[in-house]
Formats: sequence, C-alpha cells, structure tokens
Amino acid sequence: MRRVLRLLASQEAVLLLTLITLFVVVGSINPRYIAERNLYSIFLGNAYIAVAAIGMTMVIISGNIDISVGSLIGVLATISGTMAVSGVPIILCWLAPVVFGVLISSITGFLVAYLRIPSIVVTLGMLSILKGGLIAVTGGAWINDLPDGYALAQLKPFGVPMPIYFMVVLTIVAALWMRHTATGRSIYAVGGNAEAARLSGISKRRTIMTVFAVHGAFVGIAAVLFATQLSVIQSTVPPNLELTIITASVVGGVSILGGTGTVIGSTLAAVLLAAIGSSLIFINVSPYWLRAVQGMMILLTVLADLYRRRRQGLVK
Amino acid sequence: MTSDNLPDKPASVASGAAATGEATGLSTPHHNSAGTNRNSNLLRRVFLSHEGVLLIILIASVLTLATQTDKFLTTDNLLNQCRLMAEVALVALPMTYIIITGGIDLSVGSILGLCAIVLGVAWKNYGLPLELAIVLCILTGALAGAVNGFFITMVGVPPLIMTLATLALYRGLAEGISQSRSVRGYPEWFYQLGQGQFWGIPSQLWLVIIALLISGFVLSRSIFGRALYAIGHNETGARYSALPVDRYKLIIYSLSGFMAGIAAFIFVSRVSTTRSDMGTGLELDVIAAVVLGGTSIFGGTGTILGTALGVVLIQLLKNGLALTGVKGDATIMVIGLVLIASILITNYARSRQSGQRSEH
Repeated sequence: MRRVLRLLASQEAVLLLTLITLFVVVGSINPRYIAERNLYSIFLGNAYIAVAAIGMTMVIISGNIDISVGSLIGVLATISGTMAVSGVPIILCWLAPVVFGVLISSITGFLVAYLRIPSIVVTLGMLSILKGGLIAVTGGAWINDLPDGYALAQLKPFGVPMPIYFMVVLTIVAALWMRHTATGRSIYAVGGNAEAARLSGISKRRTIMTVFAVHGAFVGIAAVLFATQLSVIQSTVPPNLELTIITASVVGGVSILGGTGTVIGSTLAAVLLAAIGSSLIFINVSPYWLRAVQGMMILLTVLADLYRRRRQGLVK
Repeated sequence: MTSDNLPDKPASVASGAAATGEATGLSTPHHNSAGTNRNSNLLRRVFLSHEGVLLIILIASVLTLATQTDKFLTTDNLLNQCRLMAEVALVALPMTYIIITGGIDLSVGSILGLCAIVLGVAWKNYGLPLELAIVLCILTGALAGAVNGFFITMVGVPPLIMTLATLALYRGLAEGISQSRSVRGYPEWFYQLGQGQFWGIPSQLWLVIIALLISGFVLSRSIFGRALYAIGHNETGARYSALPVDRYKLIIYSLSGFMAGIAAFIFVSRVSTTRSDMGTGLELDVIAAVVLGGTSIFGGTGTILGTALGVVLIQLLKNGLALTGVKGDATIMVIGLVLIASILITNYARSRQSGQRSEH
C-alpha cells in the first residue's frame, strides 16, 4: 500500500493523471479535442520539444542551464535545410545537425566546465551569438524546394508517425542510460553534491562536459524533427522555444536545486504542455493566455518541489 | 611587479586587492615610502581596474568607428544613441545591485512589457486619465518586482528559476490582457519624455543621469549599498552580522521592477505605441552590460561606473555595426561575443593577479 502511494505521489504519476484528467474533462466539453486528428497534432507537433527537453533535463540535473537551446535548434535546422537544398545526400543532412549540435554544445560545455563561467552567462552569450549570426547570414529567408525524401518527420512506418518513435525510444534509452550507467549516475552526483562527487572520484569537469555534448546530440535530433515536419524551413529562431523546453524539464520534475529528476517526467510534461496549449482553443480561451499558464505551471511545480523537500528535511 | 623591492610589498598587495576584490571606487589607502613607485602603482591600478580597461576599449572603439564612417561622430547620432540606451541603462542600475548580491533577474523584459500594456489598457480600455495610468504602470512594475522578491526571500525559490517563471508569467499576462492588440494615439504631451528635449539634451537622458548618480552614491557610500557587497560575498556571514538580508533583497528586486516600470513609460513615449512584445530580450542587453561592466556574476563585486561604461560600450558597438551595414537583430551577435570575451579576460587577469600575489 505504501509503495502504491509513493508511486502515485511521484512527479511522473502526477503528470500522467493530470494528462488523463485533461483529456477526459476537455474531451467531454468538446469531443473534437480527443479526435484522432487533434491528438496526432498534439504529439506530432511537439515531439521535438520532448526530445530537446531530454537533453535539457540532463543539463539541469547537473546543476546547469542552457537558455541558448532555441537558437541552437534554429541554427541546426537551417544548416540541415541548406545542405538538403544544395544537393547533399539526405542521410548526411539528417546527421549534420547532430554533429554540429554536439560540437557547438561542447564549446558551451568547455566554457562552463573548464573555464568555470556560469552556464547562465555562457548560454546567454551563445543565445545572442547564434541568433544574431543566423540572421546575419540568412537574413531570415525561407528555405523552399526541399528534396523528396528529406521529410523525416513525415514518414509513418507501421502507421505511426516518425517523431513519436523518436520521442518514445529516445526517452527510454536516455532513462536507462541515466539510471544504469556510471556516467549517467555521475550526472546526479555532480548536481546533487559536487563535493561528495569529487571525493568519490567523479570528475565534475568531465561530467559536465559530457552532459553538454550529449545534450547537443539531443538538440541536433530535435532540430532534424523540427526542420522536416513542414515542407519549408524559416531560417530564424523560433520565438520562446527555449522557454518551452525549460518549462517541460522543470514541470517534469527536475529539481531546481539540482540532483534529481527523470527524462520520463520531462517527456510527459512536454506532452502535457502541448495538450494544455491545444485545449485552450477547444474551451474557448484565447491562446494568448498560454504563456501565462506556462509561467504559473513552472512556479507551482517549483513551489511543490520546495514544499516536498522541506517536508523531507532536505532544505530548511 | 618588482618583487625584489621590499618597501613596495604592501603597496603591490594593496593594488592587487584593489584590482581584484574591492574595485568599488573606495580605494584602499596605503602609505608608500618608495615615492618613485607611487605613480606607476597608481597607473597600474587604473589599468588593472576593470573600469580602466573598459574606458580604454571605449576610447579605442570610438576612434575606430569615427574613422570608419563619418555618420558616427555627429552630435545627432550620439544624442540619438543616448535616447536608445535609456531603458537599458535604467534597468541595469538595480540589476547591478541584484547581481552584486549574487542574484539575477531575468524577468525585467517581461515586466517592461506588462507595464507598457497596463499603461495602454488602463488609459484606452478603462478610460483612466493618462497621468493615473502612468502611475499605475510604474506601480505594476514595483509590484511585479516585489512578487519576485517575496518568493526569493520568504519562500526560498532560487532567483534564476523564480525570474524565469515570471519571465513567462508576466509576458503571458501582457499578451493575455492585451490579446496582442497594440494601443496608440496618445496625446501630444505624453511624447515629451521619450521624444522631447530639455536644454538641447534628450529628456530621458536627464533621468538616466540622475538615477545613475543616486544609485552610484547609494552603492558606494550608504550602509545599504555596502551591505549588498557583504551579502554577495558571504550571505551567511551577513546574516550573522545582523544585516537585514531578506529586507534588502526584497527592496532591490522591487526596485528592479520599479525601474522596469519607468523604462516602460519611457519606451512607450519614445515609440508612440504600446505592444505586448515590448522589451523582449531586454534582460540580455541589461545583464550583458552589467557583467561587461565588471560586476561578477558570482556576487560580491561591481560598480555603477562599470555598469554605465558597459551600457555605453554595448550601445556603441551596436550602433557602429548598424552604421557599417549590419542589419537589425544581427547586431546582438556582438553582445554575446563581448559578454563571453570580457568574462574570459577578467578571469584571466584575476588568475594572473592572484598568481602574482602568491609569489610574494
């Protein structure tokens, strides 16, 4: 009984129950909300956010943050699209964002881990370098005439859209990696108590460097899904994308104080956020309130986390 | 440094300390008997101080820009640039206080947007007198800042996360309240602050100068100001010294919102319309200016003079790039580069400083 209670009190269970409640309540008000088409658009259009949130979750668990993630996705999507248009083999166009994502994110990681500049400052700088650089190079033009076969996100093997495969498989792989490998565990150790981690022989620098590199790979995959979901790519940075991704991670149960959280939670939260965003239209609330709802959700999750920790006596 | 010269030792230690820790405008007095070294020490201290380095970079960039384009060094252009940087400058002052205490405020841009919308909606949709709407706009800012401060001090939410949440929340409120509709058609007198002049100088520049002087004086000469450094250096120590840490923090976060409210008023007055996306990304400009100005993101050090130089330098670089043909948003690239480079250089200089000090 106790185990069941504890399981129900976990962040993942809370998110799942909220999600089901939302579908039931809004679905009964307006059945079109749970029609297959709308469910598809909720999962499909936001799978890339869930994928990017996996990397972000690792970064936050390690005690850092990345607010340049939206700009990075914009840059990587543009790189991929430009390559595709100029006739590079499609498989390379899919791989390039991952490679560049790892490279660019590793630069961030190096500045944070080895030169010890706080991640908030480094990524604030990266945000404007990437965003400004993208506009300087492309002028915000649309990339049209993408070749056939490029649209990875529009493929439907066995009738299920590709982004959903990516979202589910990557979440499971990342969850297993973080739970059962030494490197994965060391992320929690560094974020939870850096000094204790150091004394048990974990290199903080190397761990943070690894986290940012892995994060870059997830951002790269997210960028491919983002770039291939429509038949055009606008070579600018999607507005407020970083905020949506960070919100998914935080609402997914990543502790703001570092050291705890799971990627299953962040994926559920990404879906929940998308479902809430979509529900506003179906219950006749102006979508302009969406961002206020997001902000409230971050705040409530953080307060709940603090309350829980205080009850456990982890913080005074 | 001349390490073989014994009488020089305390002086060089003091100059090291002045450049590393206490570059606050209150120089550490030191009595140096070796008169020949005094001038070179003073020079070295000026050069090693962050503000000195910034000043040199500033002069160098002005000279470079002046030779690149003849549109740069004109009274019109320079005064116009002062207009454009007023909002950033005003918000950067309390941000300096906040970062000195080791905190951060990412929500300033959203507060500006919310205040601008409150101003527009209160006047246009609710028919309040414009004077009252202005007061309401500034009060909204102070309240929004106080909410940040309350959760940070009383509930214990880390500043980064709290202001990230309100970054989304306040912008969301601005969008929700206005339904993304803009407000325009203000009466003529309303534009005086944003577009008018006073003794040949843009009106808002006077406001910036007054705010600059007051906040500089408060930071370096008042108990409140000195306490902010103490909080940033060692918050627990400050609490044990019976400093009202929570009250002071509440004050500075409220002040940050208050200034964002004033900046919103100036912004609306300058561009003649109110839109819910006003001030998007303002936090980036402000934090970059403060950090470029030598305020350590870890807290404990920083000056208003440095922040002022940081604001001017960033605006200058943006202006220079724009004049040489770089378009619009692309100029933010330089902010990122300058931000990271300035921290790297400062870190490098400080590690050399501490390295030299340990040699003695």
